[in-house]
Amino acid sequence: MTATLLSVRGLRKRFGGLIATDGVDLDVRDGQIHALIGPNGAGKTTLLTQLFGELTHDEGAITLSGEEIGALSTPQRVKRGVARTFQINQLLPDFTMLDNVALAVQAHDGHSFRFFGNARRDEALRGRARQHLTTAGLSHRAEVKVADLSHGEQKQLEFAIALACEPRLLLLDEPMAGLGHAESEQMVAMLSALKGRVTMLLVEHDMDAVFALADRISVLVYGRVIATGTAEQIRDNPEVRTAYLGEGDA
Amino acid sequence: MSENALIRTDTAAPGLSRIIALIVLAAALIALPFVVQALGQPALVPLATRVLIYAIAAASLNLALGFGGMVSFGHAAFFGIGGYAVGILYRTFADDALFLGFIPGTDQLLVTLPAAILAAGLFACIIGALSLRTAGVQFIMITLAFAQMLFFLFVSLKAYGGDDGMTIRRRNALFDLNTRDDVTFYFICLVIAALVFLVLWRIVGSRFGMVLAGIRQNERRMAAIGIAPYRYKLAAFVISGMGAGLAGALMANYLRFVSPDMLHWTKSGELMIMVILGGVGTLLGPLLGAAALVILETVLTGWTEHWQLVLGPILLLVVLFTQGGLNGLLTRLGLGRSAP
Amino acid sequence: MQLSQRLHSPNVTAMTLVLEQLLNGLQFGVMLFLLAAGLTLIFGIMGVINLAHGSLYMVGAYAAAFAAAQTGSFLLALLAGLAAAAFIGMVMELVVLRRLYARDHLDQVLATFALILIFNQSVTILFGRQPLFVAIPPALNGSVQLLPGLTYPVYRLAIIAIGLLVALGLYLLINRTRVGMLVRAGATHREMVRALGVDIRLLYTAVFGLGALLAGLAGLMAGPILAVQVGMGEQILIMTFVVVVIGGVGSIRGAFFGALIVGLVDTSLRAFAPGLLRHVMTGSEADALGAGLASMGIYLLMAIVLLVRPKGLFPAHV
Repeated sequence: MTATLLSVRGLRKRFGGLIATDGVDLDVRDGQIHALIGPNGAGKTTLLTQLFGELTHDEGAITLSGEEIGALSTPQRVKRGVARTFQINQLLPDFTMLDNVALAVQAHDGHSFRFFGNARRDEALRGRARQHLTTAGLSHRAEVKVADLSHGEQKQLEFAIALACEPRLLLLDEPMAGLGHAESEQMVAMLSALKGRVTMLLVEHDMDAVFALADRISVLVYGRVIATGTAEQIRDNPEVRTAYLGEGDA
Repeated sequence: MSENALIRTDTAAPGLSRIIALIVLAAALIALPFVVQALGQPALVPLATRVLIYAIAAASLNLALGFGGMVSFGHAAFFGIGGYAVGILYRTFADDALFLGFIPGTDQLLVTLPAAILAAGLFACIIGALSLRTAGVQFIMITLAFAQMLFFLFVSLKAYGGDDGMTIRRRNALFDLNTRDDVTFYFICLVIAALVFLVLWRIVGSRFGMVLAGIRQNERRMAAIGIAPYRYKLAAFVISGMGAGLAGALMANYLRFVSPDMLHWTKSGELMIMVILGGVGTLLGPLLGAAALVILETVLTGWTEHWQLVLGPILLLVVLFTQGGLNGLLTRLGLGRSAP
Repeated sequence: MQLSQRLHSPNVTAMTLVLEQLLNGLQFGVMLFLLAAGLTLIFGIMGVINLAHGSLYMVGAYAAAFAAAQTGSFLLALLAGLAAAAFIGMVMELVVLRRLYARDHLDQVLATFALILIFNQSVTILFGRQPLFVAIPPALNGSVQLLPGLTYPVYRLAIIAIGLLVALGLYLLINRTRVGMLVRAGATHREMVRALGVDIRLLYTAVFGLGALLAGLAGLMAGPILAVQVGMGEQILIMTFVVVVIGGVGSIRGAFFGALIVGLVDTSLRAFAPGLLRHVMTGSEADALGAGLASMGIYLLMAIVLLVRPKGLFPAHV
């Protein structure tokens, strides 16, 4: 069996009276695409946010390759190889596509306390940034400002930036949201191409994409994982059908 | 950051029109003393000197505020500390004493300027380290409060003039130059201003500058690529404090006087007005803004003692209805540029 | 009389002096609270930083002083102060503040700074630069004996009483009424309130109006005991900022306790620092250093609070 890259045990988070994460256990295996699905409000994004360190969990353990990362800040987790795309795009609006990605390359590089030298002419950075943009199919729009991009292009840019962080574990928060048919197919192809090299935890509503990509699927309902398994196992699981479709007896 | 900040941090080779504009500006500034002499208005040279000194202060503030997105309402503190560095060192020199028991005084510009920069930088480090633990309105209030605290500190320092301030008999010496001469001092300030703007231009285009601009635009995104914003903001804050201190030291020399008024919160307000008048987050905006405010103030005080009643509405209109201040206006007219 | 001299008067013990200063601190704290409460609500709910809040304080003071001088009636002065502050506040909100809600903080700071310039100069033109004298209303004149050896001015006690009443009223309003619930919700989650379909503009105007009234009240009460002059607003505004930072933005409870702490610390330092320093250094040096420490004290306190609790002692939302 492949090694486990990310291990979550007993994760809990409440906001006053609302329990957002109710004792989540999750194992993401190295090199796999692990999908996380569930009805709206199940707490999927909240879970990702806790895994990424932007939100502090109340209880539980988060382990990356055996190392407990629960107490680390987001930038520290990024340095350990975790990256994330956002459901609501978090981009640098005054910069171009290339600027955005180059900054991620620079951050990964680790030398940002340089006060002289023109960063925009730093070919070491720009070159690698262009490569990531090409991987994401965006090289022809490299010099366009983010504010002038279409929604689909912005989503792809999110992806390119995440790639530039050269992560071991990539947390994807609804990368297909708002994409047209062709764009979705493109995104599926790109994620597929990454399989094996980057481990991914994919939160998605687009079931076609999920079943096409995922090696394993976990279903999150009201903050709890009610089922984990392969695509067939999940499709046939009666609890899952009830949660999604309201079928069967309560 | 509001949309009215026309920020172009594109530091690719400036277009030909920009280079020409810069050369014209440089030529004008160099020729200024001679031209006004010929026109019989030698008093314009000290005025221009004040503009240059404030331009240095405003440009430094702009690094933290315009490029870094940190609305610091306390930069007058660093301006004043720079001024007092000069004043205290001169007083110590004149009394042939030792400051704090071991620091000798001096009247040498080459010593007082670095001393002012260091002192301001030190305070900026302490104040910044505390204030940057907060954000938003809190940050604004805290920087204001700390500046006010330092104002009260200097008011209570009777040994250095207290509320009345301290005169500095002679301007600091620089080699054999006659710093008392208006034109000579103007050129000293011009050279220093040029150096400061050059340094700021390089910083903005550097890797550090990219990170700073990124933090201003979206801190969450920066954390998500592995950048912890705090240390970069602090560095920018300290650099900007040092620049303000340098300006303060020059101002103390120019006026041959330093008082707690240099640290008053209204002085911080003035610096911010210069930044917004000129166009936030642009490189030459602060120079335009400083010129605009100093000239406006000079002209208005000639008319009425209640000149602030004219400045107030002008400022209000600029804030509410213009985008990008004077720099933005010029750019739209096709004359200016956002950033070289 | 110097504090140290009074120590040697009959019937006056160190204890009574301390109590007297505590009461002064309480009185100052209560006035700070009136300003801080409005300010913190405006910060918390509208996200606007309004530097001209101090100007409303000044307007209240001047209007009351003017009315008192013209009519000799304390009641009319009270009404004039409140009405002027409320009116000017409404105009401020309609003409300027409204346009700032969506703008960034720099624009808000500069626009309201411009307002300060306008207000200060207008008041200078109308009333000149000399401080105005305001008499204590006859009904509240004189002192009462609270304890043997401790007499305290009635007027200051009245301020304390009014301030505590307002605090109680605000507490009830915020915690027991529907409007208060909206205010609390707005302070913690602005967008949510909008999503609930509440007329946000009405809420904003009401909150602003309340803040203006409180500022005006503080100003008119301050008249007889502090100097009514141009610039009075800004001096106390900066201290109010310290209160809000220490207490926590958006929190009335924070404003209350923060104000009391700041009021007590500031008054105590001013009263006792020079005296205490005299034990270790010469008279004039002690006075100077003491005065310096006293004016810096609350800012140092703020720095300490920031080190330990960056969001303040009672933040509206952690």
